Amino acid sequence: MTDQALTARHGGDWRYWFGEQRGTLLALAVFIAMFAIYTSNHPAGFSADVVTTAANKGVLLALVAMAQTFVVLTAGIDLSVGFIFILCNCLASHIVLGSAIQTTFGVIGVLAAGLACGALNGAIVIYGRLQPIVATIATGAAFYGIALLLREQPGGDVNEALADFLTNQFPGGIPASAVALLVVVLVIWIPFRKSMLGRVVYAVGSSESAAYMSGLHIRRAKFIAYALGGLLASIGGLFITFVTYTGEASLTNANTYTLNSIAAVVLGGVSLFGGRGSAIGAIFGALIFRTIGDLLFVFDLDPLWQPLFLGVVLLISVCLGSFRLIRIRNRLDLFG
Amino acid sequence: MTNPLATLPVLRRLDPAVLTAFGCIVLLLLFGAMRNPNFLSPDYLLLQLQVGSFLAMVATGMMLVILLGQIDLSVPWIITVGGMMSTAAVGWGPWGATFAIPIGVLCGLVFGLVNGIGVAYLRVPSMIFTLGINAVAQGFMVLRTGGFAPQDMATESMHDLATGRLILGIPNPVWVWIAVGAVTVFLLRRTVFGRAIYAIGNRETAAYLSGIRTQRVVLAVFGISGALAAFAGALLAGYSTKAYQGMGDPYLLPSIAAVVLGGTSILGGRGTYLGTVAGVILITLLQSILSVEQIPEAYRQLIFGAVIVAMLLLYGRGAKVAA
Repeated sequence: MTDQALTARHGGDWRYWFGEQRGTLLALAVFIAMFAIYTSNHPAGFSADVVTTAANKGVLLALVAMAQTFVVLTAGIDLSVGFIFILCNCLASHIVLGSAIQTTFGVIGVLAAGLACGALNGAIVIYGRLQPIVATIATGAAFYGIALLLREQPGGDVNEALADFLTNQFPGGIPASAVALLVVVLVIWIPFRKSMLGRVVYAVGSSESAAYMSGLHIRRAKFIAYALGGLLASIGGLFITFVTYTGEASLTNANTYTLNSIAAVVLGGVSLFGGRGSAIGAIFGALIFRTIGDLLFVFDLDPLWQPLFLGVVLLISVCLGSFRLIRIRNRLDLFG
Repeated sequence: MTNPLATLPVLRRLDPAVLTAFGCIVLLLLFGAMRNPNFLSPDYLLLQLQVGSFLAMVATGMMLVILLGQIDLSVPWIITVGGMMSTAAVGWGPWGATFAIPIGVLCGLVFGLVNGIGVAYLRVPSMIFTLGINAVAQGFMVLRTGGFAPQDMATESMHDLATGRLILGIPNPVWVWIAVGAVTVFLLRRTVFGRAIYAIGNRETAAYLSGIRTQRVVLAVFGISGALAAFAGALLAGYSTKAYQGMGDPYLLPSIAAVVLGGTSILGGRGTYLGTVAGVILITLLQSILSVEQIPEAYRQLIFGAVIVAMLLLYGRGAKVAA
């Protein structure tokens, strides 16, 4: 191969990478622009405290949106993700307590519970062959029941040393929650994306029958995607316990986080039809969604207008993809 | 023929899923009767049908949408819109009080049509677009009520429609259900519009190429779903004498579950209204038994979720993946 051909191929690789990451990069750009507007209008300006507060709120939704991403990549949907989130919140308010060793086992217990919930979803959807949307609505009800069993009334406690460590700042004003999120990305998402398993998940999302014909282990890959989704939701559940110090089986929270996770995933450039996008895009999608709410606050919008405004922004952002319709020349492509 | 049921013409037309659903209803009735002899009294059963008719309104709209292969997740707040706007109309003078229910239904229709525009013309996946409309409808209601539960009372006529027993001692909502059901069955089985719904659910491209204006059909179906959800909200407001925020929340999961348990494919194109009727009765009886047994809310949710998964595993399974 000549040098020229090699360079051309590298150019092609780069273009391919850019095409694949376009949604993620766009979400990143939008987030940076919005966050800049937010901090420049905030009375305290771009200070470590402002960033830490924003990070703590953003990381919660980011983790749940990552959980949703795993499932959406397989062309499924997890409508129980918010319920796993509050179930783990309630569980954490019971067991993430006491000495360092007890706390460690508590954290492991919460993570295992989330993993088990995700695995249950996966088993029902894949081995039971039920539609994900119906199956996860039903398991969501069951998870909510367990959460209510654990915490009928809001309450409980959490290891405050650990909670404060993870919600405050590291030296230099770096928010600890953002670092924790980075660790989650490096430990769970990157290895998953680089592994054979991750590629199979993308293949399944693009075309399940093509993946099947290529001899890939599609059922195992989908199962692990659902299980990892549960794990990510449980990390989110741990985190909200660290932020609030309590456990609460709140139906409103569960529903809100489920809906917002879908919105965040879409904003982050993950295709609901599967096989396109990345959890990193979903993180920025979640941060964008949170920043919209914060922007309303700094611009002093009447709180009564906030839900309507958020809804309209959500609606407009999901319609952005419709611009592709302008380029369609063959009407049959509409239905594709 | 291997299927023994096939020898009976009536049974041959019935979906096995619908038969299973009715079988489950009989089992639930037997179970309920064993625990409490009053369970089979006509009064109690009529009460179940009355409560179930609210769910049936929502499930009817949901079924039409699911037959298209779409889903309507905006139901919770459109129900609330229906309830709140119809009670709000009462405050607009005698004219408003007379047309309270139509005004509520009209508001639901508008939200439903916006859903239809998003799904049919903007081609946004219905799951995400209807979620957005749900949020917008919530936003409007929060704005209108100032964030508090308004003490808007339902009119006498709304209350009568939801609780009275005008004819033959059968609750009025059950008559409403029968009327809506008859229209739906006629629509699905005897009109071009109904056949178009099934055709689009099977493959929209093929339906379009056969000359069906698919986008208009989708728009209309989402409009109907919104209107029916709002109508359910108006009935509910009449039943509980007032409208309140969150009144629609307990209806999303049961309405989807009722449709799917009734044998309608969530992928669209297949399902009968009889199945949805079975699904609604099934869900209503299940919820009723769980509350009669005085099981705490936590276990109720747990059992409800588990039973739905179990029933779906019994007969709602999809096909194996193949090339």
